[in-house]
Amino acid sequence: MALSGMRGLSVFISEIRNCQNKEQERLRVDKELGNIRTRFKNEKGLTPYDKKKYVWKMLYIFMLGYDVDFGHMEAVSLISAPKYPEKQVGYLVTSCLLNENHDFLRLAINTVRNDIIGRNETFQCLALTMVGNIGGREFAESLAPDVQKLLVSSSCRPLVRKKAALCLLRLFRKNPDVVNVDGWSDRMTQLLDEKNLGVLTSSMSLFVALVSNNHEAYWSCLPKCVKVLERLARNQDIPQEYTYYGIPSPWLQVKTMRALQYFPTVEDPNTRRALFEVLQRILMGTDVVKNVNKNNASHAVLFEALALVMHLDAEKEMMSQCVALLGKFIAVREPNIRYLGLENMTRMLMVTDVQDIIKRHQAQIITSLKDPDISIRRRALDLLYGMCDVSNAKDIVEELLQYLGTADFTMREELALKAAILAEKFAPDLSWYVDVILQLIDKAGDFVSDDIWFRVVQFVTNNEDLQPYAALKAREYLDKPAIHETMVKVSAYLLGEYSHLLARRPGCSPKDIFVIIHEKLPTVSTPTISILLSTYAKILMHSQPPDPELQNQIWAIFSKYETCIDTEIQQRAVEYFALSRKGEALMDILAEMPKFPERESSLIKKAEDTEADTAELSAIKSRTQLQASNALVVTSEREPPQLGMVKIPSVDHNSVSVDQELTQANGISHEVDHPQPDILGDLLSPLAIEAPPPPVSEDDALALAPVEEQDNIVKPIGDTAERFHALCLKDSGVLYEDPYVQIGIKADWRGHQGRLVIFLGNKTTSSLTSVQAVVLPPSHLKLELSSVPEVIPPRAQVQCPVEVVNLGPSRDVAVLDFSYMFGTSLVESKLRLPAVINKFFQPIPVSTEEFFPQWRSLAGPPLKLQEVVRGVRAMSLGEMSHLFSSLRLIVCPGLDPNPSNLVATTTFYSESTRAMLCLVRIETDPADRTQLRMTVASQDPTLTFELKEYIKEHLVSIPTAPSMPQQPQPIASSDPGALLAGLL
Amino acid sequence: MIRFILLQNRQGKTRLAKYYIPLEESEKHKVEYEVHRLVVNRDPKFTNFVEFRTHKVIYRRYAGLFFSLCVDITDNELAYLEGIHLFVEILDHFFSNVCELDLVFNFHKVYLILDEFILAGEFQETSKKAIIERMGELEKQE
Repeated sequence: MALSGMRGLSVFISEIRNCQNKEQERLRVDKELGNIRTRFKNEKGLTPYDKKKYVWKMLYIFMLGYDVDFGHMEAVSLISAPKYPEKQVGYLVTSCLLNENHDFLRLAINTVRNDIIGRNETFQCLALTMVGNIGGREFAESLAPDVQKLLVSSSCRPLVRKKAALCLLRLFRKNPDVVNVDGWSDRMTQLLDEKNLGVLTSSMSLFVALVSNNHEAYWSCLPKCVKVLERLARNQDIPQEYTYYGIPSPWLQVKTMRALQYFPTVEDPNTRRALFEVLQRILMGTDVVKNVNKNNASHAVLFEALALVMHLDAEKEMMSQCVALLGKFIAVREPNIRYLGLENMTRMLMVTDVQDIIKRHQAQIITSLKDPDISIRRRALDLLYGMCDVSNAKDIVEELLQYLGTADFTMREELALKAAILAEKFAPDLSWYVDVILQLIDKAGDFVSDDIWFRVVQFVTNNEDLQPYAALKAREYLDKPAIHETMVKVSAYLLGEYSHLLARRPGCSPKDIFVIIHEKLPTVSTPTISILLSTYAKILMHSQPPDPELQNQIWAIFSKYETCIDTEIQQRAVEYFALSRKGEALMDILAEMPKFPERESSLIKKAEDTEADTAELSAIKSRTQLQASNALVVTSEREPPQLGMVKIPSVDHNSVSVDQELTQANGISHEVDHPQPDILGDLLSPLAIEAPPPPVSEDDALALAPVEEQDNIVKPIGDTAERFHALCLKDSGVLYEDPYVQIGIKADWRGHQGRLVIFLGNKTTSSLTSVQAVVLPPSHLKLELSSVPEVIPPRAQVQCPVEVVNLGPSRDVAVLDFSYMFGTSLVESKLRLPAVINKFFQPIPVSTEEFFPQWRSLAGPPLKLQEVVRGVRAMSLGEMSHLFSSLRLIVCPGLDPNPSNLVATTTFYSESTRAMLCLVRIETDPADRTQLRMTVASQDPTLTFELKEYIKEHLVSIPTAPSMPQQPQPIASSDPGALLAGLL
Repeated sequence: MIRFILLQNRQGKTRLAKYYIPLEESEKHKVEYEVHRLVVNRDPKFTNFVEFRTHKVIYRRYAGLFFSLCVDITDNELAYLEGIHLFVEILDHFFSNVCELDLVFNFHKVYLILDEFILAGEFQETSKKAIIERMGELEKQE
């Protein structure tokens, strides 16, 4: 046993170890802390050695779990000690005891900087280490340039440089602005050529952080990463000390593959080929071996390779290889591998369409749901949740319900939430959904949040067919001897609304219902009593002609609660009592709740909210977020929900007029009645089974209505023209949406080329068939659309990339001719694609010296055109600048001395013109904002003209201009031929 | 990234604790208590991974000592699991046949070794040889 080398410290540790119990230990620690405190107070007699010893003791005591609330200053002051041993202790203990938010750290910042820029290598290392471990924003701002210098310095040993790399990573995480992207991409490329694997390992971690923040700036590093990977995978030139159980640094391999996942794609065919060779080798060449460490290390690499392959959307063959491997893994006994198999299968679901193959493993996955290890159970639950769709929802949800009975408490809430979401999303019929939720409440009432029962109430309210069934079920549950309070709430609510539909059944007369519900009243809490009172009022209203005995009973209850201490209950009691004496009027006021408007499910929101927090946004996550922005979530541009049990005239045009004055005379607002209106309002969702778009007439069955009954004319949701205009100014968003389909766009433009991905999303729970999408290009664009599948499965989204090449300047627009069958109706839309002229602009700034010679040399028509534009949309100069930047024109302030004028430039790319500078000058009239003079110039007459017209279109009226030349209405109704002719 | 590293014995005594995220003292002690409870009773046949709050703890037991790394949910579990083993190999080499007492009496050395191995929550050096040589250099300066 080695001793610490400091006698006093060793003795203290021994004494602590000899303490018989916790109490003795505490006494010994208190004594020592007292001693240290006294010594520190009286600093004069303290040698550096003593100080060092005491600071170590403090750290030891802190490690034992005691709070050490003094002495931080002493630890920090050791940092400025001149000699290594004291300085080392100062740095080390400071980074253990303090964190970046401590004020004391500021005191050290100068010393730290001096150590970093000083000549003593050991001090440099100490300083870099502390800053790397606990440096905060302030450190980032003052030290980043020095640390960067060390990292790229040719005179520093690798020892210093690897620390500098990770120190910089810390500073970058604290404040990304400290790394200047422009300057760093070149240096990063060089760093990735590093021969020393220690430096390379550290630099690769730095690189992952940089690239996750902005991959655009680091394209040049991509081939370097592939080179590193090749070098490792082939074991070329790897020193023995960097191989771990025969595997060339598994950590560096993993990091490098992680970095590659932040690039959306690998375009260069040679790089791509090289990368896939390496990946193929890893996929095929990883065998299970006896040695645990070797096995783990090689599988660490394998799982990262799998993630990268999934990310790159490899060829079908390789994908199925991956799925096969994962299928193997989820069946092995080795728990770690099985865990990772399940985890990666879940990730795979997010990125590719492999649902069908994964479904084959359903039985195996369900086995893992019963594994004794909670970690595995969680992964299995996630996977089952992710793979669930209409075809297997019944099986999976029933498995989950069964498991709920035996699951650990820690998992029940999540399990209940997931089961509820799946039941809602994929219900083959709604009565099943009601069954599932009621079972959930029955089996795990404590874990069923209010959201879940609010949601079932909404469904029942919105589906008349369901109401008798739900009421009957609720009635059955009330017969059970001990039911959860949530069950009382939901049953009481449902029976209040719909028990009259059961009236002819035995045991379901208003009186019977009242009696059985009232039995529960003594057992429930205050909020539930409010619901019960509403239910009684409703029962009373439904028993026509009135049953005097029942009436008296209920009135008695109301008068009892008129003096209740809870104001909500009191108010209800008073108001219901008054209302119920109104006779006929009661019928109107307490009539059934109107249907709820559809909105996003708060359950799903809730499930999404519990997301992880990670140092770098994970590659998969950023990808899914990207897709989510185009995905099936419908925004809530709908009318606010009208809530309350009492009907409001404006909601229901069929309803008999309600005597509102009367209501108000009695001091009753329409929301008095509702338990928690705001929460309920949030529950409404479009994701739950297809709903027709608003405005919805009351007669429409809201959810799950058979398709045949719905209107055959499918109308787009939102203004499609407006969506197109918005997409002219940005690169991703929704292009078109109707009740069944959502089409999203994500585009990426480079020079005269572009790639536009069309996301076709099926919002419904049935397949869309006969899907057709054809792109009709104008003469100046070359467009290639990859094949579009004929069928889009329920709730699935398919991506169709379109490759775009710009041949020349033109304002003509490409059109997407899209059609599908839903049920028996054909839906067809012609949609303009936002591959417009400004997408081929690059806003490159131009200096005064470049601008004026150009401006002068382009003397007049046809290269320079001038026009007075009238009818300009009112906007300030600032707004106009903003508009220009959205159009990818760069505004050059200062070029024109007149503050009312605006000069902008851009570079246009096409195959025929190549890069071509365009110059624009706008002269506004401060007295009359509706007119301006515009001058546009470029080397190409067509370009000049087209650009002038294009800018004019945007200035005159944005986004929906009736004066827009050829405004197509992408609706199938009119003659498509004529429309097309107008467009092209 | 690694959020923190803990070295604890079965009784829950902390032998090393290093945090790469800013936590207050009391929070640190709470985390140590929770992580110990989380890993100590897990069956050896279970996975080496367990969810902890919004992160994941990768742990491994050597005799009576638990080495735990808290990492991001999306991090590569096996790479960190073998990182723990590499750290143990380095300690074993440095103390020639390491035991818990070495770590108790030389806790400050363990911190130094860790600082050569991990920095800013990332692996800094994965060569055992390089780290051992570096420790030799530092010992000379003491």
